[in-house]
Amino acid sequence: MRKLKEIIFEKAIAGMSFFSIAILILILIFLINSSIPLFRTVSLKEFFLSSLWRPISEPPKFGILPLILGSLLVTFGAVIIGVPLGVGCAVYIAEVAGDRAREYFKVLVELIAGIPSVVLGFIGMVIVSSWVRNLFDLPTGLTAFTGAVTLAFMVVPTIATLSEDAINAVPKDYVAASLALGATRWQTIYRVVIPASASGIFAAILLGFGRAIGETMVVMMVCGNAAVIPHGFFEPVRTLTATIASEMGETVRGSNHYYALFAVGLVLFAISFCVNLIADIFLRRRRGGA
Amino acid sequence: MLTLCGLIVIAPIVMIIGVLIVRGAPAINIEFLTQMPRAGMKEGGIFPAIVGTVLLVTGAVVVAVPLGVTCSIYITEYARDNLFTRLVRLSIVNLAGVPSVVFGLFGLGLFVIFLKFGSSILSGSLTLAFLILPVIITSSEEAIKAVPMAYREAALALGATRLRMVVTVVLPNALSGILTGSILGVSRAAGETAPILFTVAAFFLPRLPHSIFDQVMALPYHLYIISTQVPNVPDEIKYGTALVLFALVFGMNLVAIVIRNRIRKQKRW
Repeated sequence: MRKLKEIIFEKAIAGMSFFSIAILILILIFLINSSIPLFRTVSLKEFFLSSLWRPISEPPKFGILPLILGSLLVTFGAVIIGVPLGVGCAVYIAEVAGDRAREYFKVLVELIAGIPSVVLGFIGMVIVSSWVRNLFDLPTGLTAFTGAVTLAFMVVPTIATLSEDAINAVPKDYVAASLALGATRWQTIYRVVIPASASGIFAAILLGFGRAIGETMVVMMVCGNAAVIPHGFFEPVRTLTATIASEMGETVRGSNHYYALFAVGLVLFAISFCVNLIADIFLRRRRGGA
Repeated sequence: MLTLCGLIVIAPIVMIIGVLIVRGAPAINIEFLTQMPRAGMKEGGIFPAIVGTVLLVTGAVVVAVPLGVTCSIYITEYARDNLFTRLVRLSIVNLAGVPSVVFGLFGLGLFVIFLKFGSSILSGSLTLAFLILPVIITSSEEAIKAVPMAYREAALALGATRLRMVVTVVLPNALSGILTGSILGVSRAAGETAPILFTVAAFFLPRLPHSIFDQVMALPYHLYIISTQVPNVPDEIKYGTALVLFALVFGMNLVAIVIRNRIRKQKRW
């Protein structure tokens, strides 16, 4: 009787755990199911390669190339700004800072990670965008560059926290050996610590990339939302996420526009899935190697 | 040089807090927090948005915490290293990386349309619950793993069954850690905008909801619309709303992180 209770309990919580797999599968099913009707009239080639996104003109055009390029431009910008800062921060926390400073710093980084994206978007709109406009003498401050700068702020905590984990996993013997051989602290960091934790840092950068490409509110409020192929960093762009968020409210359920937005969601899901999978592989390699 | 890196990361947050407080604080008074918005949101308070956010977050936590904690108990105490366990882990990692706007689409497809909950508190809460599930699982897992093996072995040696050991030894010792994880989940849910865009958020609804099938306003969405969709909202109201949301989320995170760090330090078993 007691045994039976145990078994029932174990099966029950195993069932609950299955839930997390089920949610992921359900998300995929709903995205695919709601995207398929679009591809009865629009070819895959047109969807990915056509340069026009005009969902409400007549005839409508559903080419997501400008949106993909917009997303990539803003995301790479944010990652390029965020990587040196995030990794630098991680090295500082792990190797340089004293115990007290380290405690405070880690708390701060975690708090930055928790700032609601809509608040950052608001700050980006009212402050960063006017700086960018004045500094580069542009007609509008709502550009890909402004988005990248604001977004970098969201990427840094992800990169810093995960890189710090990777750096801490480097055996202390390595550092001691390097210092004993007469290397300076800087040489040790540059030649020993960073190469030894490279695969973990790479995973951190990937996850930062994933975070940035999936971010919605900041890019919707700050990037200017022009759905055209971007020609430069200082022009308004529209990202995949912002397109879904700003257009879903106005579509008719069951229209091609509605299905197209689900298809955009599917593309985003696929990107984030791949990014997470690859990052996970690199994280595992680190653990295996250490 | 590296210290500079640190400073570049810290400086903007100090600036953001400064700007929000200096420009937002004058707007905040009892009326702002307890009154309905008036005159197309250009006057009055943000009461319904605060209530909406509290309701949504409560709903999300009620669903996500039991689910997340059971899941983490399974992973730490029961699971063997087999395909199923690896799949569960992999899906948690991936779930954490799904863009929030995709959760919004999913909520729209599943709850609003397929299950016919409509645009409602129920749909919004459930969507947010799925979003914070990975946060809660990961932090509960950490808390449960921190309970020393010797405790478990002692309980088992005394003849306790596994279930009894989990309920009387593991969970009580992991409780504070699970709690902080839940607070982190709450603050995450309170700050998210994209998942509630199509599942619950009302543009302008100056009354309180009557049932879980009503729409509500919510703080993050309110901040979004008054700063982008409605022209000529006084800056004071925008900054005030931003400050309230920021303080809410930031405050909860601070409390959770401080408690967690204290636990980590104290419990050197």
